[in-house]
Amino acid sequence: MSFDLENLVSDLDIRGAVLYFKGNVDSEVINKALDMVEGKLFTTRETPRLRKKVYNVLVESLQNLYHHADNIPRGYHASRPDRFGLVVLEKLGKGYRITTCNFVAAVRVRELEEKLTRINRSTPEEIKEHYKEILNHQEITEKGLGGLGLLDIARKTGHRIDFRFKRYDDLNTAFRLSAVVAPA
Amino acid sequence: MEPIIIEGTPKTPSIKFDTRDGVFEIKGRSIPENSVEFYKPLNEWLDSYMQVPLDKTVVNIRLEYFNTSSSKCILDVFKRLEAIHRSKHDVEINWFYEEDDEDMLEAGEDYDSIIKVPFKMIEIVE
Repeated sequence: MSFDLENLVSDLDIRGAVLYFKGNVDSEVINKALDMVEGKLFTTRETPRLRKKVYNVLVESLQNLYHHADNIPRGYHASRPDRFGLVVLEKLGKGYRITTCNFVAAVRVRELEEKLTRINRSTPEEIKEHYKEILNHQEITEKGLGGLGLLDIARKTGHRIDFRFKRYDDLNTAFRLSAVVAPA
Repeated sequence: MEPIIIEGTPKTPSIKFDTRDGVFEIKGRSIPENSVEFYKPLNEWLDSYMQVPLDKTVVNIRLEYFNTSSSKCILDVFKRLEAIHRSKHDVEINWFYEEDDEDMLEAGEDYDSIIKVPFKMIEIVE
């Protein structure tokens, strides 16, 4: 069987998910996803604090795909090669788990893995200081600020970010990232 | 000086910086994919305002959400306000946050620790 990004989320409850999307994550898709999730969070009567955190982490997760997903590998089927990704938002106990998957160029894997490992080893205070350092001293690029989205997710969730890589071919790797937003 | 007034959208805040009534405000959501493009006119307006600022500049920030790319653009706005403050003009930033929104409070505290301008944290109780 050929590989699909969905293979990376076979352990998740996609059918029961609050949000599931696979495809090209453009501005329109982000708008619709945020609108839909915001509406659902209102109807489930979550606390404003939890609603806001989920919304914030979802914004960063979707925009991470928008800015940082690398083109799909040659031969992988999609309507467009760019900004291709998958996102799942699940209710998990009293909180929520947000998972995204996308392809990254194999040459970027080590740097990304080191960045995430460093974040997961940091204390909340170190993450806060690192965030401020990047905010204050790094120039913004077309793709946003390097790593600030991941630091923001780590800060807002207060949990380690779960991640895994799956080699696709010599040039491309599939990447999964999950963050859990728990109630206070 | 002509004011800068930008209507809000679901992803971008309303902006009103008007020297005639002294209202300087950024309000709403700031989560566009391209924040640099959105904030460029405001930062250009501030570059002109910095030449002839009011005796006292009070800026109200009432954001519900903002993304990380907006966070840098907002810092750029604050750095211009800091320059006005350094030139011996009064500047005050009022940072509004909703009750229980500790993330928005922390974001305000981040800016307060970076920018040398009097910051006031104002909790909105519903």
